Amino acid sequence: MYNKKEKILVPLIAVVLGVLLGIIILVVSNRDFMVLFSSLLKGLTGITLGKAGINLRYPGELMVTTMPLILGGLSIGFAYRCGMFNIGSEGQVIMGSLAACCFGILVPIPTRFAAVVVLLVGALAGALWAFIPGILKTKFNISEVVSGIMLNYSGMFIASYFYKILPGSTTTRTVDLPVNATLKSDFFYNITNYSRLNWGFLVVIVCVILYWFIIEKTTFGYKLRATGFNKFGAKFAGIKTDRATILSLMISGALAGLAGALLIQGTFGYGRVSLAFDNVGFDGIAVALVGGCNAIGVVLGGFLFGLLKITQPLLQTSGVPREIGDIISAAIVYFVAIQYVILYFIHKKRKTKGESKE
Amino acid sequence: MNILIQMMPPTLMTAAPIIICALGGLFSERSGVVNIALEGIMLVGAFAGATACVLLEPSLGSNAGWVSLIIAAVSGGVFSLLLAVSAINFKADQTIAGVAVNMLATGITLYLCQLIFEQQRTVAFEKGISKIKEIPLLSKIPILGEMFFSNVYPTFFLALLIVFITYFVVYKTSFGLRLRSCGENPQASESMGVNVYKIRYSGVIISGVLGGLAGAILVLTASTQYTSASVHGVGFISLAALIFGKWNPFGVLGAGLFFGFSNSLGVYASMIPIINLLPSEIFSAIPYLLTLLALIMFSGKAVGPKAAGEIYDKGKR
Amino acid sequence: MEYAIEMLNVTKEFPGIKANDNITLQVEKGGIHALLGENGAGKSTLMSILFGLYSPTSGTIKVNGKEVLITNPNVANDLGIGMVHQHFKLVENFTVTENIILGREPKGKFKTIDLKSSRERIKKISELYGFKVDPDAKIEDLTVGMQQKVEILKMLYRDADILIFDEPTAVLTPQEIEELLEIIKNLAHEGKTVLLITHKLKEIKACATKCSILRRGKLIKTVDVATTTEATMSELMVGRKVDLNIVKKPLSLGKNMLEIKDLVVTSNRGFDAVKGVSLHVKAGEILGLAGIDGNGQSELINALTGLAPIKSGSIIIDGKDVTNESIKTRFDIGMGHIPEDRHKYGLILDFSLKENFIIHDFEESAFSHHGILNYSNIDQYANRLIEEFDVRSGQGKNTLTRSMSGGNQQKAIIARELDRSPKLLIVVQPTRGLDVGAIEYIHKRIEAERESGKAVLLVSFELDEIMSLSDRIAVIHSGKIMGEMNAKDATENKLGLMMAGTEVTEGNANV
Repeated sequence: MYNKKEKILVPLIAVVLGVLLGIIILVVSNRDFMVLFSSLLKGLTGITLGKAGINLRYPGELMVTTMPLILGGLSIGFAYRCGMFNIGSEGQVIMGSLAACCFGILVPIPTRFAAVVVLLVGALAGALWAFIPGILKTKFNISEVVSGIMLNYSGMFIASYFYKILPGSTTTRTVDLPVNATLKSDFFYNITNYSRLNWGFLVVIVCVILYWFIIEKTTFGYKLRATGFNKFGAKFAGIKTDRATILSLMISGALAGLAGALLIQGTFGYGRVSLAFDNVGFDGIAVALVGGCNAIGVVLGGFLFGLLKITQPLLQTSGVPREIGDIISAAIVYFVAIQYVILYFIHKKRKTKGESKE
Repeated sequence: MNILIQMMPPTLMTAAPIIICALGGLFSERSGVVNIALEGIMLVGAFAGATACVLLEPSLGSNAGWVSLIIAAVSGGVFSLLLAVSAINFKADQTIAGVAVNMLATGITLYLCQLIFEQQRTVAFEKGISKIKEIPLLSKIPILGEMFFSNVYPTFFLALLIVFITYFVVYKTSFGLRLRSCGENPQASESMGVNVYKIRYSGVIISGVLGGLAGAILVLTASTQYTSASVHGVGFISLAALIFGKWNPFGVLGAGLFFGFSNSLGVYASMIPIINLLPSEIFSAIPYLLTLLALIMFSGKAVGPKAAGEIYDKGKR
Repeated sequence: MEYAIEMLNVTKEFPGIKANDNITLQVEKGGIHALLGENGAGKSTLMSILFGLYSPTSGTIKVNGKEVLITNPNVANDLGIGMVHQHFKLVENFTVTENIILGREPKGKFKTIDLKSSRERIKKISELYGFKVDPDAKIEDLTVGMQQKVEILKMLYRDADILIFDEPTAVLTPQEIEELLEIIKNLAHEGKTVLLITHKLKEIKACATKCSILRRGKLIKTVDVATTTEATMSELMVGRKVDLNIVKKPLSLGKNMLEIKDLVVTSNRGFDAVKGVSLHVKAGEILGLAGIDGNGQSELINALTGLAPIKSGSIIIDGKDVTNESIKTRFDIGMGHIPEDRHKYGLILDFSLKENFIIHDFEESAFSHHGILNYSNIDQYANRLIEEFDVRSGQGKNTLTRSMSGGNQQKAIIARELDRSPKLLIVVQPTRGLDVGAIEYIHKRIEAERESGKAVLLVSFELDEIMSLSDRIAVIHSGKIMGEMNAKDATENKLGLMMAGTEVTEGNANV
């Protein structure tokens, strides 16, 4: 099966193939593919080729985009390690945003403590929304993929309605959250040339550490993984598998809810009425897969997809259709999905290398 | 009562793409391949249909719409090969591959829009597919005539035709028997000499053709151009209709009509007493909530094809 | 002498194994030819090649004297070869007819399937060979014996002249086995050629003319069944003289370790699978529970171990009533369980070996503290178990359990369960699918538990295993205990009758 080297090699090859595909498409459609690289560079570092100086707004915005993506990736990764595909994370992100927004606007709490409470409310909302597919799976044996998709749309409509009826809302957005309920920071705003970089990265760091610790080091994580790999074997050993399944999904949902809260408290500062998905949940799938569902991989995956997203406006203004970023992202996921083929070639190469040594 | 009559034509218009796409999903899942990329396939079909219509209208006039449907169906079929190859030959997890294909669809269609039309949408077409004002004879039937046969899009009748064809093919022909056997027990099928790979390819490609067709119908009847919001989840509603309809062509017909009706309810809600008190978002959410309810009621009774979603490996015994 | 089948110098290699090694097999027309070998000897692989499911790495095949290339089951069918598989290949929610015609559907009007003529033909064939099969019945509603008849009909429908049976009697009662052997003799009488894959010497003696013995991928010898003893065939199969009879120390009984009183358990299909069973096992003895698979054993064991709820009755382990206790409590009180399905229940295949070892006790202070796993202790424990119980694997305690061999996986389960020194050991089908060496080892360890004063409940579908290991034997049929007796009073015939549902009373006890 997999050894450690292969676990890193497969996503790496998938990324290279994805970017390669992007370059080929650009060349075929007669667009300048060097723009892709210069935009990626600018998005990552703020350096514009040929010009002096660094515009820190770009790396700042990169962080802003990446943070929810990492949380989204942790959410999917956690569920996956426990044997489930939590495609409903998109809806859990939405409910997290909704709860954070409503609570932040409606319940005044003094000092920055408000921000912490609002974060927890967001996480709780995500966990509760994930409880539904959990109980449907354990009680009625309904796939969490199907119930997740249904709840994504239901959540989207519910949220859209509630945003509209909050006091002070227009048809497109709510009022701003009180500043102390947000994660915004004037300090960061100023040093990164007015980007929206916020304190959210502390939340992300804490979550990454907790993720790694719970899964690898605790008896709780052991129970969840056992249940995810083999429900029957776990039950045989006395593990309460129904509880484990639901808790796995709820923790995954809490992480998604936090991502949603981050969007409200960090990225925007208010709620948006929308009948479309932000895709943080779905992009989380890409991040988790490419990152191999382990903590460091998810962080790196988050930065990768965040970078691809943030270069899109840069590409558009330089005459390259921005969707090439989406295409590359999709291609990377596709190549990871067909890893069986990639592994086949790796094994073949190893075999011929071994034979040539003899 | 008058309102009910008024609501039928839009119901039929909305239901048609849902039914057709869901039937595509039926072929795929019955062969054993879970297809959550229906949404992406519809995007491709919608884009292809809209683009073809814009380009062909100058020369073909009102026939452009129908020709575009054919082009869209073919595009959907070709696009679905991505899912087929990954799931069948490369043994990818069908759900993950489906997600990747959906993402790709959004990217590619808008990218091509930018290349062809230099904007993130297609240019509007003139007519698309037009309504039929009055179907001779049938439109004169009291009440029913006004509901079903006047001011109605012919696409619904196309959907109805496909329902019957699907029923016939799946339950009465050899191909249908083999299709269903691959979805229930591919090892048994293989041992009887059925080529499981070939059948599953057929299932996925048919879902691509029907999905592409559905996407084009959606744009050409309900809209004037293709944008990133054109399909807005109809692919997933079709998935819901497939489940709600218990993987059966007539069940799908009923589910599609029901979801189309709830959509119309949302549009006409303001004119109906009591219902006009409900927020419009409820009507949009109904298909999804009802499917959840239906799943709870079906629970325990295995309804879907038994081997759907499992990776089929010839070597395993 | 024309041979129906000739497989000449056939070799089949899979990555890492030579499943068939230069085998030359010649089968005469119109006879019953047995293929004898242990699990893993290569019999099923060889026949799968003949049936077109695999292609040989090298070698040729001749059918009725002509050289052929069998690339898929359709080609095999066209050549008149049919196979009844060990694990039935039937679509459960199709009817009998639909299953039989799949892949060769007769065409009717307008491209529909001509079901009528199919049903007629099926009825005719069933009558000819003495089956009673309803063509419109759904497979999921049929008994196992009936389903097997459908598998046979599949071949006869396609005019098979050469019929391959792969371990056909594994799921049948002794009476059904007799019926099947009669059918097979009938088929040979009608001119068909039969290839019988089995590891059961009695069946070979009952109907086969010739027997080819395979061992570790090679064909050892082809013998004339009439003139060869079971002992000789067995020796050829295993490669040495095998004495499966264990010399038992005399009984030294303690108190009741397990008491089951009037147990009633409902199966998940709604009916009562266990109908008022009462049993007891004392410390220091082995109680063997014999019976055909599907007569309530699974439900009984599930109820015993806590995996399924009880409708009524009680279970007492070491004097404590555990009827309503959790699975974990039962393990903590002193129960050990070596389950029937080692992949489903016994192990988490995607865990490492060491993670599987601690699955009962990972929350104990030895292995974790305040919820955090103590890997250095866990590693030590794993190493000890590996050495003591000779569990072999690629990367030791860190091996991915899925990659281990069946025998070593079973050893790992045994190591885990026995090291905990359970007062009551429940063992179900412990040696299924294992080679003779592993079987010997496991039987010895079960014996050792008995000698050290533990109570053992052994459930097995192999009468030989029950008879050689048990001190007392009980037989279960349709959820009821048909009878109990001391092992020395038990005969295969008595047990066979009880397994089939006949209560053995004083009147027919001397059978």
